Amino acid sequence: MNSLRRKFIKTATFVGVAATTIGTGVLIPQRVLGAYVKAAFDAKDVNGALMASLGSDQHSASDAIKLKAPDIAENGAVVPITVSADMGNIDSIAIISTGNVSPLTSTYNLTPACEPFISTRIKMAKTSDVIAVVKADGKLYSTSKEVKVTIGGCGG
Amino acid sequence: MAIKIRAKAQDGVTTVKTLMNHEMETGLRKDSKTGEKIPAHHITEVTAEHNGKLVMTANWGGAISKNPYLSFKFKGGASGDKIKVSWVDNKGGSDSTEASIS
Repeated sequence: MNSLRRKFIKTATFVGVAATTIGTGVLIPQRVLGAYVKAAFDAKDVNGALMASLGSDQHSASDAIKLKAPDIAENGAVVPITVSADMGNIDSIAIISTGNVSPLTSTYNLTPACEPFISTRIKMAKTSDVIAVVKADGKLYSTSKEVKVTIGGCGG
Repeated sequence: MAIKIRAKAQDGVTTVKTLMNHEMETGLRKDSKTGEKIPAHHITEVTAEHNGKLVMTANWGGAISKNPYLSFKFKGGASGDKIKVSWVDNKGGSDSTEASIS
């Protein structure tokens, strides 16, 4: 009778452990997809931000990425940015403002259902380049555009 | 505190436009009266779902403009389908709104 009880406990523990393992296995990929990486947003340079957010700082220029940003932004607090790309298998997009204390403004994780399109408004500390980085098939591609920021809003 | 969502399906692609209410404080600004740094308070994660299925997540730092605007597109979607957009911020605040594709 006692040995039966032992066996029951053993089986129960095993099932418990197995369930936990399966549980984490399922949970991890979801966490990665939406995980907020604080180090990426705290990084003070572009390469550090890319490394922490997209896993690499090697990116090649690509004409397939379209970055729409104003030539002159009268208000650096609200700069409209639109990124689209003519590429397949895109899993993330990052928008970088090189003149900011922390250059990474935002990253987007796109599921296969997504069209390669993101539009938002960012803050820019000063005149600098905006870089759109697209991760497709595990490689990084980028395009950049200089945005002149005029503080005071005189339109100069 | 609600999130404004506009979603429109056309030619097999749904375009979603959202507006959120959030101060998006960078943590770099100083209070002009006291000279003390205003602590960072910004959205860190935005998730978008179509009929309960995850479409996109965004991770944001403090460099997204106050009262953020975000637009994205996805394949499929039809009039009446549900779009749910949620956010969480670095202080544990959150908001979520559901809307229908028009």
